[in-house]
Amino acid sequence: MATLHSNVPSGPLATKWENHKFNSKLINPANKRKYRIIVVGAGLTGASAAATLAELGYEVQNFVFHDSPRRAHSVAAQGGINAAKNYQNDGDSVHRLFYDTIKGGDFRSREANVHRLAEVSVQIIDQCAAQGVPFAREYGGLLDNRSFGGAQVSRTFYARGQTGQQLLLGAYSALSRNVANGGVKLHTHSEMLDLVVVDGQAKGIVVRNLQTGELTRHAADAVVLATGGYGNVFNLSTYARGANTTAIWRAYRRGACFGNPCFTQIHPTCIPVSGDYQSKLTLMSESLRNDGRIWAPAKVGDKRAPGDIPESDRDYFLERMYGAFGNLAPRDVASRAAKTVCDEGRGVGATGLGVYLDFAESIKRLGDEKIRERYGNLFAMYHEITAEDAYKAPMRIYPAVHYTMGGLWVDYNLMSNLPGLFVLGEANFSDHGANRLGASALMQGLSDGYFVLPTTISNYLATQAPSKRPPVSHAVFSDVETDVRNRVQRYIDGKGKRTPGSYHKELGKIMWEYCGMARNRTGLEKALGLLGNLREEYRQNLHVSGEAAEWNQSLESAGRVEDFIELGELMCRDALEREESCGGHFREEFQYTKDDPEVRNGLVNPGDVKRDDGRFAHVAAWEFAGSDRPPILNREELKYEEVKMSTRSYK
Amino acid sequence: MKVQLKVWRQKNRNSPGKFVIYDSPDLNPNMSFLEMLDVVNESLASKSEEPIAFDHDCREGICGTCSLVIDGKPHGPHKGVATCQTYMRSFKEGDQIVIEPFRAKAFPLIKDLVVDRKAFDRIQQKGGFISVRTGSAPDANSIPVPKDNADLAMDAAQCIGCGACVAACKNASAMLFVSAKVSHLGLLPQGQPERHRRVKAMVDQMDEEGFGACTVTGACEAVCPKSISLDFIARMNRDYLVALAKGDAKKPAAGGA
Ligand SMILES: Cc1cc2nc3c(=O)[nH]c(=O)nc-3n(C[C@H](O)[C@H](O)[C@H](O)COP(=O)(O)OP(=O)(O)OC[C@H]3O[C@@H](n4cnc5c(N)ncnc54)[C@H](O)[C@@H]3O)c2cc1C
Ligand code: SF4
Ligand code: FES
Repeated sequence: MATLHSNVPSGPLATKWENHKFNSKLINPANKRKYRIIVVGAGLTGASAAATLAELGYEVQNFVFHDSPRRAHSVAAQGGINAAKNYQNDGDSVHRLFYDTIKGGDFRSREANVHRLAEVSVQIIDQCAAQGVPFAREYGGLLDNRSFGGAQVSRTFYARGQTGQQLLLGAYSALSRNVANGGVKLHTHSEMLDLVVVDGQAKGIVVRNLQTGELTRHAADAVVLATGGYGNVFNLSTYARGANTTAIWRAYRRGACFGNPCFTQIHPTCIPVSGDYQSKLTLMSESLRNDGRIWAPAKVGDKRAPGDIPESDRDYFLERMYGAFGNLAPRDVASRAAKTVCDEGRGVGATGLGVYLDFAESIKRLGDEKIRERYGNLFAMYHEITAEDAYKAPMRIYPAVHYTMGGLWVDYNLMSNLPGLFVLGEANFSDHGANRLGASALMQGLSDGYFVLPTTISNYLATQAPSKRPPVSHAVFSDVETDVRNRVQRYIDGKGKRTPGSYHKELGKIMWEYCGMARNRTGLEKALGLLGNLREEYRQNLHVSGEAAEWNQSLESAGRVEDFIELGELMCRDALEREESCGGHFREEFQYTKDDPEVRNGLVNPGDVKRDDGRFAHVAAWEFAGSDRPPILNREELKYEEVKMSTRSYK
Repeated sequence: MKVQLKVWRQKNRNSPGKFVIYDSPDLNPNMSFLEMLDVVNESLASKSEEPIAFDHDCREGICGTCSLVIDGKPHGPHKGVATCQTYMRSFKEGDQIVIEPFRAKAFPLIKDLVVDRKAFDRIQQKGGFISVRTGSAPDANSIPVPKDNADLAMDAAQCIGCGACVAACKNASAMLFVSAKVSHLGLLPQGQPERHRRVKAMVDQMDEEGFGACTVTGACEAVCPKSISLDFIARMNRDYLVALAKGDAKKPAAGGA
């Protein structure tokens, strides 16, 4: 069994981080140079961490599979980033952002981490503005804000519909500066394929050069994974096609625990699926819900064009069901409501899997121009994909996989149970519980990278002597490299018939059907059977084109898809084990019914998720036990010192 | 619908390349151009032929990974979009579509349609930043920025670093790309202290990488998926002249030192 110490500092919640910073070990500047840190990933999280660690004086080696750090998936984030600046004077505060986030996560995140996140949020905006991130501004020259789901204040900072791009370019600029002055050595087109663990501590990685196929070993005093989320396990998602789980999955197989793997976010407003050839789903930012109203026909089978359906025959179901938050209900709640409406036969579009997001009223109130200024790029994107004009007719939207709250387990220092392995950003499990609020991933990524890790990593490094760092000639390094080499060769030698892509599609369908928006015991058990068969068939019947020692996208996919299949099984296991509903994890067996007192008191609706704090107020941290044995379940109990776990109400 | 593809195939930088013709399987007009290539590649793989290598990631026009010259135009037939935002409904049944990589000396070929655009990163490293150490920033609202400047900076900052401007230019100039970054930072008060040193360092690196001279034909602006304006080139030229007048740029300030 792994030992899980959260290492949350003692003392009142509001002073924990301050105290922890003070109590964290310092390494003197002359010694910092001797420590080498590997950072895998250069999205918002990895780039900000690599740049800041280099500024502090550490030797940083940064690896990305992309051809440039600027292409990381963070670039696609549209809507914005939260911070408790209270520039709008609308009652926001660190405590309110903390509370909204912990409630948004349905009381399944670690209290102290979330409070720290809210505290640090304020500094992030300062940092980004100073880097030249062109945030939206008011005529007075000060920063503008918008609202996001799950909050009743306006605390989201944005740069048109391209906030992720601009924040990433800010972090990339900081990284570039540190590459230029030698603080960071950048390795692009370099994919980490395994983690090297020496005497129980993470001490290096094995990397494949995607251009040449060459495998190399890299040793360091600590390894930082900032490799993003694993939502592409569903194949169709809003993620970039290249996003994958390999880095964290390989670390899991080397002993790092995987926290809450089944916690997946399904985003309510995406362009619906149109055909089997489809390779990705496109998000329509949550910010649209500031001015768009979501509705479906009130009557089953109403096939009239949206414009022909009179007000009296429309159901603005979020406004009806969740009055206090209305169209800005949190994502899990809004997605489930849309699914329910479609399941009732009231969905729109050719497939019946869609609801309307309607701007008619806002356009009437504010004019085309104002709407174009706020959302022009999103309307244009919608037009390119659907050939429809959202200024004239409502958008059609449907939920799609968007984010993974689960990830490798980390303590308060962001270190996994494997000493020396740090996990940041979407790749870890820590801050969003069972559901993430909009505009909070960018906040977490930059908080982890700019401010948290650079402080906490010294607590580990101070216990390590760089002079004792295992060299890459160490036997463990060569063993791991051999493992990787054999694996690559196995794919190339495969004499089967099916491509990695075709397996990925099949995997995605199984996951969406049985481990998607609604889950139940029968379905999950069935999925486990199907996935076991799929994994076996993958071993027998895979076809990979080309050679190992060259640019080979088929080979790249082969490894990623195999890891996804294994991860899929772990997600189903976790979903099966968690016999409650919370946030984005909806087990059909556990929901409120009209007879529950909470429903009668008007706190929740029938069909809302029903938690079981008695049995499940914990993080499920899964530990690998070998390929032929089921994984071990470890639990970190969630102890709330200041907040009371209460029924999550948005009515 | 079905189309015919005439695709540039080249095993690697050192092998000769050639056009190869493929007949597509049955397609749906609502497919994206890259989904069409996915389908073609699946069918090649099923015949044990090697799939066509092409670059892509976000598939929504923001990461700058996709490239391709389609019928002679970088990013295909439409203005203001990237290849990944091009849909098959823009083509007709039976069309022959010619697909080539972005060609430029500074973008060496990796395989088939994939080229190496690291030269862009090296230009950024020379000066595409504001030197601000983490934790040293003042309150974000302590420096107001006139909305018009912020908006114009954002227009420039939208560049996705795809390199289409280079591929479209007969001289393979990278001026539009460099001017976008120089203008973005130069329009903001935060960017002033390093404004002239930045432009000098970035332009010098651009020359060093082997990108050609700019003769302002506007071919770049016409293919840019973010419609980055030629005006930014004029703005950069002005800054560059001032920088020259001020004398040689010193090395960019060391961060973290
Ligand atoms: C369409 C979309 C819109 C979004 N909008 C918002 C929003 O408005 N607000 C918000 O807060 N959040 C938003 N999110 C979520 C947010 O963008 C992500 O959670 C966040 O950017 C993740 O950042 P990251 O740094 O953890 O990972 P990524 O940005 O995914 O970076 C991963 C990095 O790791 C590297 N990498 C991965 N594996 C390996 C490997 N094996 N070897 C080497 N390198 C590797 C990659 O090259 C890359 O550099 C959105 C997400 C999507 C999909
Ligand atoms: S200026 Fe336009 S074409 Fe050139 S790299 Fe930027 S986005 Fe691409
Ligand atoms: S694939 Fe990202 S811009 Fe085209």
